[in-house]
Amino acid sequence: MTALANLFARDARIAIRIGGGAMIGVLFFLTVVTLVPFAIGPDLALLRRIGPAILWLGALLASLLTLDRLFASDHDDGSLDLILMGRVPLEIAVVTKALAHWVTTGLPLVIASPVLGLFLNLEPAALGATALTLLVGTPALTLIGVIGAALAVALRRGGLLLPVMVLPMTIPVLIFGVAATNAAVGGPVPFATPFAILCALTLMSAVIGPFAAAATLRHGME
Amino acid sequence: MALIDLANPTRFLALVERVLPWLIAATVLAFAIGLRGAYLAPDDYQQGATVKIMYIHVPNAWLSSFVWGVMSLAALGTLVWRHPLADVAAKCAAPLGAAFTFVALVTGSLWGRPMWGTYWVWDARLTSVLVLFLMYLGLIALWRTIDDPARAGRAAAILTLVGAVNLPIIKFSVDWWNTLHQPASVFRMGPPTIDPSLLVPLFVMTAAFSLLFVTLHLAAMRNEIMRRRVRTLLLTQAERA
Amino acid sequence: MMLMQEAGIVPGSVRGNVVMELKGTGLCCVRGGRRVFAGVDFAVESRKSVMLTGANGAGKSSLLRLIAGLIRPAEGAIALTGGDGEISVGEQAHYVGHLDPLKPALTVMENLTFWARFLNGGAGPGQDGAAQRSLEAVGLGELGHLPAGYLSAGQRRRLSLARMLAVPRPIWLLDEPTTALDAASQERLGRLMQAHLDGGGIILAATHGPLGLDGAQELRLGTRVASP
Repeated sequence: MTALANLFARDARIAIRIGGGAMIGVLFFLTVVTLVPFAIGPDLALLRRIGPAILWLGALLASLLTLDRLFASDHDDGSLDLILMGRVPLEIAVVTKALAHWVTTGLPLVIASPVLGLFLNLEPAALGATALTLLVGTPALTLIGVIGAALAVALRRGGLLLPVMVLPMTIPVLIFGVAATNAAVGGPVPFATPFAILCALTLMSAVIGPFAAAATLRHGME
Repeated sequence: MALIDLANPTRFLALVERVLPWLIAATVLAFAIGLRGAYLAPDDYQQGATVKIMYIHVPNAWLSSFVWGVMSLAALGTLVWRHPLADVAAKCAAPLGAAFTFVALVTGSLWGRPMWGTYWVWDARLTSVLVLFLMYLGLIALWRTIDDPARAGRAAAILTLVGAVNLPIIKFSVDWWNTLHQPASVFRMGPPTIDPSLLVPLFVMTAAFSLLFVTLHLAAMRNEIMRRRVRTLLLTQAERA
Repeated sequence: MMLMQEAGIVPGSVRGNVVMELKGTGLCCVRGGRRVFAGVDFAVESRKSVMLTGANGAGKSSLLRLIAGLIRPAEGAIALTGGDGEISVGEQAHYVGHLDPLKPALTVMENLTFWARFLNGGAGPGQDGAAQRSLEAVGLGELGHLPAGYLSAGQRRRLSLARMLAVPRPIWLLDEPTTALDAASQERLGRLMQAHLDGGGIILAATHGPLGLDGAQELRLGTRVASP
């Protein structure tokens, strides 16, 4: 157990020390949210309607685009070899690294979302609902994204190919995350239904993502 | 010749050479019968003659999912049984699946236009097909990006299986999303439920497209095996130098 | 040897007096569609070492990675008798390859203690003391607090070697360990390796030149393999 705690601590420490760490994800998030009104005009009523969707899309992109170095940096300096030779199953090591990434990148997005929601004229209920659905949904995005991160090692390059491969699989999370947020504000559907499905998606991705990523890493070594 | 012997590429090539002409003939015949049946079938009372697009759209839509199923089996062959031809089968199936998906999208759009008044309304079923199309393209891009065929095969196999698991989830989510945002669509994009005998040409066309897939797939696998042999020869040449 | 005794570390003494044997039979390795080697056999027991020699591309690195469990052999098997039957060979081995796994953003000591704790399955008693002593044993004792990005190539290689001292594991798999080391460091490495063998360990090392170990067997890779 302590081996994993050490892995988590190391990843978190590096993420915080290097290149702005958590802040770069939040900065990207802020930039995306700022771009939308430039594109569609400062129509407050419209922004309020699509606000949750913009926040979700921003969080989605910020999460996925920062994942591509997750395993590649360990692969490049030989750390991945040693992780494979440690006495922890690779799947659990993947979950630990994903958790460290979420805590240092995803969680700051969740905390920043109410503030950014103010730019989009969201009402308090929507601000809270967005933050809650992001809290539950961003782990799912990270856990699905680790599959792309593992493929980045096999591909030896990142670029746009990884988001292209991974984004279709995040569509369910996006659908139910935004639906739950809108349901909390008012709507025909009760909040519980899409929220429960969102939780289920997160739990499923906690199994599928690490297993697929570990398999990819192992097969990519050969 | 036992089934296991097909694992040997040389024997497989020999089998393909023997079988391919018959498959081509069967495909042409099936298309001839199917298209004639489609031509002779009566128009729909609501949609008119445009309903006949279904004789192309429905088989292609069905095949687009079926080919992903074939690739998933091939993926299991690569990862679990390490069958030598499995990744060849997977690699060759992907562009074919993407082509069927593309035809399904285009025919679906054309079929819906007279009723919708526009080319695309984010109908639930077509949107699922669009997402499937994106996944095919991502997979093909993956195949083309990794040089080493064995490593590409394993990575693609994992992505195929993950995609297979996700596809029902995506389909369910898109259906849910569609009912949330749109009223029930004016017409069902499927075979009309009027008279079963009208479905006979549909079955024949489905069989025809399936035969087309098998024919093209085997031919593509033959080409891919040749391509890999050339690659091996070139590698050996580099080694001997 | 005096340095090692003063440092209080006797590397490789995990198994004490138990005799282990690491054996490989009929190993065949395929990488990138190319058959790197085939029909390789070896056997090495406690206190013995094997030098892997051969031209570049002959498969020395591949064989070491195969034993470490990082690649699967196309044919053949690796067996370890006398070790821990519950865990794989790779989990009882140290691997020092061409790369030096360290994160420039962390200090030297942070890097070393991370690996020590991770490879050991947790922080054991006296672990931090062992880490400091390992650094001193490779001559990096003064540099623990520096960011690891400041180290030279030779110092990074020595940090990788310190990792092997900080966590006792019986098998050492070394891929050209003397790369980037100066003469004094190479001599120090030779003494550390000898101490590991004396403590009951096993070493397999790929090398282009002699390593100064008593009684090392040589395994030469790269004789032409007949095409199928």
